[in-house]
Amino acid sequence: MEHIVIIGNGISGITAARHIRKLSDKKITIVSSETDYFFSRTALMYVYMGHMKFEHTQPYENWFWKKNRLELKKGYVQQIDTEAKTLFFSNNNTLIYDKLIIATGSKPNKFGWPGQDLEGVQGLYSKQDLEGVEKYAPNNTICKRAVIVGGGLIGIELAEMLSSRNIPVTFLVRESSFWNGVLPEGESNMLNRHIKNHHIDLRLGINLKEIKSDKKGRAKSVIIAETGEEIACDFVGLTAGVSPNIDFLKSSNIATNRGVLVNKYLETNVKDVYAIGDCAEQQEPTNNRRPIEAVWYTGRMMGETLAQTICGNKMAYKPGHWFNSAKFFDIEYQTYGWVYASPKENEAHFHWIHNDDTKCITMAYDKNTYRFLGINTFGIRVRHAIFDKWLTEKCKVDYVLEHLADANFDPEFYNLYEKEIVSKFNSENNTNIQPKKKSWKRIFQTSL
Amino acid sequence: MKTIKNIGLVIFLVGLAIFTFTIFTGSFSLNESEFNAFINAKDYKSEIIHDELKKAVVTDEDLNIFEFSSRVRKAYKTSNDYYDGLIAKYDSEKNWDKKGEQFQYKIYGKPHTLSYEIAKKAGSGFVKDNAGMVWWLTFGLAILGALLFILPNFILLGSKGIKNDGIYHESSTNRGWIAWLVLVYLVAFYLLLYFFPDYVVVWTYILDPISKFLNGGPASQWFVYGFLYCTIMLVMAIRMYIKYRHNKYQIIRTTSVLFFQIVFAFLIPEIMTSLNMPGYDFKNAFPLDYDFFFEWNLEALRNSGAIGLFILVWGIVLTLIIVPVMVYFFGKRWYCSWVCGCGGLAETLGDPYRQHSDKSLKAWKLERWIIHAVLVFSLLMTVVTLYCYFSGTQSFLGINSQWIKDTYSFLIGAWFAGVIGTGFYPIFGNRVWCRFGCPLAAYLGLVQRFKSRFRITTNGGQCISCGNCSTYCEQGIDVRAYAQKGENIIRSSCVGCGICSAVCPRGVLKLENGPEKGRINPTEILLGNDLDLMTLVNRKNEA
Repeated sequence: MEHIVIIGNGISGITAARHIRKLSDKKITIVSSETDYFFSRTALMYVYMGHMKFEHTQPYENWFWKKNRLELKKGYVQQIDTEAKTLFFSNNNTLIYDKLIIATGSKPNKFGWPGQDLEGVQGLYSKQDLEGVEKYAPNNTICKRAVIVGGGLIGIELAEMLSSRNIPVTFLVRESSFWNGVLPEGESNMLNRHIKNHHIDLRLGINLKEIKSDKKGRAKSVIIAETGEEIACDFVGLTAGVSPNIDFLKSSNIATNRGVLVNKYLETNVKDVYAIGDCAEQQEPTNNRRPIEAVWYTGRMMGETLAQTICGNKMAYKPGHWFNSAKFFDIEYQTYGWVYASPKENEAHFHWIHNDDTKCITMAYDKNTYRFLGINTFGIRVRHAIFDKWLTEKCKVDYVLEHLADANFDPEFYNLYEKEIVSKFNSENNTNIQPKKKSWKRIFQTSL
Repeated sequence: MKTIKNIGLVIFLVGLAIFTFTIFTGSFSLNESEFNAFINAKDYKSEIIHDELKKAVVTDEDLNIFEFSSRVRKAYKTSNDYYDGLIAKYDSEKNWDKKGEQFQYKIYGKPHTLSYEIAKKAGSGFVKDNAGMVWWLTFGLAILGALLFILPNFILLGSKGIKNDGIYHESSTNRGWIAWLVLVYLVAFYLLLYFFPDYVVVWTYILDPISKFLNGGPASQWFVYGFLYCTIMLVMAIRMYIKYRHNKYQIIRTTSVLFFQIVFAFLIPEIMTSLNMPGYDFKNAFPLDYDFFFEWNLEALRNSGAIGLFILVWGIVLTLIIVPVMVYFFGKRWYCSWVCGCGGLAETLGDPYRQHSDKSLKAWKLERWIIHAVLVFSLLMTVVTLYCYFSGTQSFLGINSQWIKDTYSFLIGAWFAGVIGTGFYPIFGNRVWCRFGCPLAAYLGLVQRFKSRFRITTNGGQCISCGNCSTYCEQGIDVRAYAQKGENIIRSSCVGCGICSAVCPRGVLKLENGPEKGRINPTEILLGNDLDLMTLVNRKNEA
């Protein structure tokens, strides 16, 4: 029986394992040094906040693994000998594989700041990181202030976590506006205001110079590069992005760049070795995507695709339309298609913001053909299937606006904003688009 | 703000403590004329009970309720034992005529209920004399304290949105000692209410004035329960309004369930009683209303003229037509989380405990066996009852009608729905009864599963498996298991409370009533992939 070994029990590795099991009877071993069981990394914040217990983040009950003959091995892989097809663990154990899937995810970036390895300085990625936050910032008497460095999705989640325990937070963001490398100006500004409304000391356009240590080797303050200001703190969160967690491959002959280099079949340069998820770097990324995508969904999709290949049904990783979502404190965010921070040459953006300052949308479309290219929504839920279809069918922006009601996914009785949105578009573009009523028929033509 | 909350908590506990303490107050006895009035009204055939009871209750002693109850029960027992002795004697002598004669002298009824009836008339003391003032010291203080505890949340919770911060850090919402204490108090309350009503007769004195105003008569223990129920729901609904103030669905749903409890379950029956009609809760559908077809109810309805007939027809139409048709259009939520009184308490008082429902596969298997067994039990009981009612026999299919009614009332009506159903909120979640026990829910669930427009739609591939939905599902549905596969949630147990959709941080879930076609979509992931892969993946069965 062929033995498939998967390093990493995150969403990518586990999805691959589940689908290989569906398609075959191969022997499957999943290796992890982080936890005994698969859990949802995106939910770590909710454990600290007390919304859930850690076991609630585990999507499968503990008997699931044995029942589906998915062997779980806890251990840290230090070296891979691809000639002998053998993994060497830190405790001198070994494991022989027939096919190997590397799904080791990411690690938080550290840019060589002085003091970045002190106690009480950490990212928020792993379960161990969660335990670290609990240890160094359990409450506002032990942690009188926390500083977060880096303004991305993890940064704002960490800010929300800490403020849920009333710990004062200073949030250092390198960009001139929150996440404005990704979000158009209107949205980014709305989030700046939202963050400040939550009593976060948001510092825009600010870089970290160094982290100072007390006598015991614990972080006691940070120095700001631009002003030299020193901010006393007991906890420093480093959330300036993540990069592939592949240091253990350095000594192997698996080719790496920033991540593990893979072709469109998720194969590495070594036969029978594959890489998926955050740690994989596509050599030929498709439709505008980045070579490395540290996103939950893409990891899941790669796992599904690779399972097909491994079970004799060779398949290229061909992700469909880009989509993503996040939550910034109380504001949910969804995106479908491509909405760039600033429109490309042939593009135009249409932006609508509600006067309560917690809801807005931005639509991107082609200036010349009026083809709809993508949407960002904040504080309004919309249907994935509908936007996927509109993007596939290359619908025009006026068609999308006309049928916007079909796409609304907010709970029943919520206020609807289609009229407002469309009338703003009409007044800006001298058009006369009339929004249509929601139609189940149209919605169900799209759903799968 | 925190201080206000703490002051509120103290005031609430003082009110609750006084309320609890009143049980031990009051003095119980009847004078000669009161006793004669009681015994004449009762029309007992027993020759012994008159003297025995008189010895027990006509006294100058200052008896508390426990001593009084014990004396009364003993009097009844003495009388019944005497005739039981005679029955046994004539039985051994094979004197069947004499034996048969004795049965008319026996006094039927639960000892504590018999004792309650006398106690209700026999009490005197501070509470009875100052009902208004004591109401303010108990209900008044508890309501004021609870509101002081709840209202600051408007500020403390911060901006609008889901704020479940600290739920698993607090003893009261994380099965800590406070939760166990609440469980013990609730269980004790239900045990007293159902099985020892005489011990809490003093509570009825507090509400006598309100009862007289509403229905013209003094308060019974059921009036106390109904009034408490409405009060608790009202106060805890205010908590819901604050907690979910960003969510219109929750606000409207809470208002609906509150309206139906206060108006339909409480006020209308009280007013009907005051008009000499049978008090009837028009929204309480059989088989949740399990005694609708009991002889005493059918007799009462037959003797109430047009209104009685209307109620009889309404009750049947409600169960057979209105309920399933509404479930077809809206799902069982229209009843369970918009109308039902049990659901109403679960969604208000029970909301802080919703996360404790067991999500394991085992629990789901157990749930399906138990709830359908209760449904079958209730239907069997009704068939037996109706057969015996129309044929005038004692039993059907070898099942004694009185026995099965008593068994069901005791096991399901009292223990399951009350003591366990509500008492266990703090540890086992707020819908133990609705999920495992309610026969109406089982019936609605069958309709919802196989013939309904309702579903919880999963939004394509946006699920991140975080687990908030499953954690906060009060019915123990592992919502995430469906959402992460991109499947709609079609489960017979879903009561459509909408909290999974509310707590989802990615906007993945929506309760809707759409066309039946495509309602069940057993897909494996998902959007974002190209279609060839999805076709392949969906051809296989779940691992």
